[in-house]
Amino acid sequence: MIAVIPETLTIAHRELIRGVRERSRLLGSLVRPFIWLFLLGTGLRAVAGGALPPGVENYQHYIFPGMIVMNILFSSIMAGTSVIWDREFGFLKEILVAPVSRTSIALGKTIGGASMAVFHSAITFVFIPFLGIPVDWMKLLLVLPCMYLVAFAVTSLGMLIACRMRSFEGFGIMNNFVIMPMFFLSGAMYSVAAAPDWLKVIIGINPVNYGVDLVRSVFLGIAPSHPLWLDITVLAGFALALQAVVIVLFRKESG
Amino acid sequence: MADVIIDVQKLTKKFGSFTAVDNISFDVREGEIFGFLGPNGAGKTTTIKMICTILPQTVGNIQVNGFDTQRQQKEVRRSVGIIFQDPSLDNNLTVRENLYFHSRLYHIPGREIPGKIDSALELVGMGERKKDLVRILSGGMKRRVEIARGILHAPKILFLDEPTIGLDPQTRKHMWEYVLQLKARENMTMFLTTHYMEEAEYCDRIAVIDHGKIIALDTPANLKRLVQGDLVTLVMRDSVRAAKILREKTEYKPVVENSQLQFYIKESRDRIPLLFKLLGDEILELDVKKTSLDDVFIHLTGRKIREEEASSKSSAHERMKYRARMTRKI
Repeated sequence: MIAVIPETLTIAHRELIRGVRERSRLLGSLVRPFIWLFLLGTGLRAVAGGALPPGVENYQHYIFPGMIVMNILFSSIMAGTSVIWDREFGFLKEILVAPVSRTSIALGKTIGGASMAVFHSAITFVFIPFLGIPVDWMKLLLVLPCMYLVAFAVTSLGMLIACRMRSFEGFGIMNNFVIMPMFFLSGAMYSVAAAPDWLKVIIGINPVNYGVDLVRSVFLGIAPSHPLWLDITVLAGFALALQAVVIVLFRKESG
Repeated sequence: MADVIIDVQKLTKKFGSFTAVDNISFDVREGEIFGFLGPNGAGKTTTIKMICTILPQTVGNIQVNGFDTQRQQKEVRRSVGIIFQDPSLDNNLTVRENLYFHSRLYHIPGREIPGKIDSALELVGMGERKKDLVRILSGGMKRRVEIARGILHAPKILFLDEPTIGLDPQTRKHMWEYVLQLKARENMTMFLTTHYMEEAEYCDRIAVIDHGKIIALDTPANLKRLVQGDLVTLVMRDSVRAAKILREKTEYKPVVENSQLQFYIKESRDRIPLLFKLLGDEILELDVKKTSLDDVFIHLTGRKIREEEASSKSSAHERMKYRARMTRKI
């Protein structure tokens, strides 16, 4: 049982090496928030800037934590492609015939993918000085574990989808149905308080919403819309439940 | 007789209503090269997957190195090394990294890893390419790296699933040199699947498999005895007279066609001198076509092993994919 730890780290280590070598995803993590923050954010600022919660100066500051979560969302879901990739190119078999437990494979892939996602979203920090967001280093250090929690939860979802998918095309289509709605219904771009009731219900069942709330309140130092313990519990519960399913699916995997 | 290292009893695998492996039993002995010979889609890879624990069987028992493939998966996995039919290296990692992760996955102690990687790569002549990304290597080189990886953790049994598919004849020959060298050095048991007859000749024993069933299992020499024998063609001064002599003095049944005589002899090498003794300088030309395993396969199944290949590798691939989908549905 104790072997799970080194095994998990080995699998995660490989994901990290692969992740770092994929420069295009790194570039994407830089360009994506740039587009939203400056090209879209500047325009929307005039329209949505009025309904900001107390303690937030401008709209770009308000959506910035949303950008952090958006990068996590993209990177984490994409981490699932590594499973499809491995299956398609045969490496999955190499892992499956090795004397490692399926739990290690699932956890290792998720931890590796989540770590890459945190790295990709931390890239967003380079925009902080340009926006003049008042943050100190302590706050950044505090927000990292929150980001990791969100990343772990969403990567588990990405793994779950990938385990059920046989092709990259299918995965791409699934992504559109998952990433975009999850992002738009997360409260990243607008305050949930202003949304109509029926939308609030949908937003309420979206785990990413709790992620945005958590990251935003820690990052901007403002009051969260849910209690923080609820944010953390929902994310952790979501992560554990999906991870359990992923482990079961890996047990059935035959390459 | 050497110890049994793989024991397969009444093994069946069904994908939905399709029976891929149909109630087969056989054993593999320690130190031998055991071969599965059969056309694409015969059930070879499915059987290997079950022996290697990555596919559960529908019915039957498999023991590998004394461990049950269902209840003692980790022990079985530790005992085997596999060179898969399709490439299975990580293209985005270097040769060394691929082998490093393999070592980690097989729990090789950290300080032993560099030495093991070096000696394994040395064996397949890839020591110089350690730092190269796998993606830039040729197909043959990748195969060699896969062999190095397969033996890194010193498995008791090495599985080679169509090890030379897609390689040119020369690379194929080299690959066999490495494999035979390895076997001589480590006394490793080898389990090979192939649809190349020439490769099956390397085996100590061969199971001929078709439609999920083992239809024959013996040494290559014994399998060849199943067929009529080597085809001897003689061109004679007087073929009719020669045929008469042969019918009187031997058990052969020559067929005469103009100046030509044709008949089958078992183990021709020992019998050719007899022909010269009987017919002497009447013989103008002599030609012997040795029995091949191809003939054995035709004899056993009534068709050539390569016929299905004409429908191309891709269709076999499609079949596999279809099966994969079927598996998911279950």
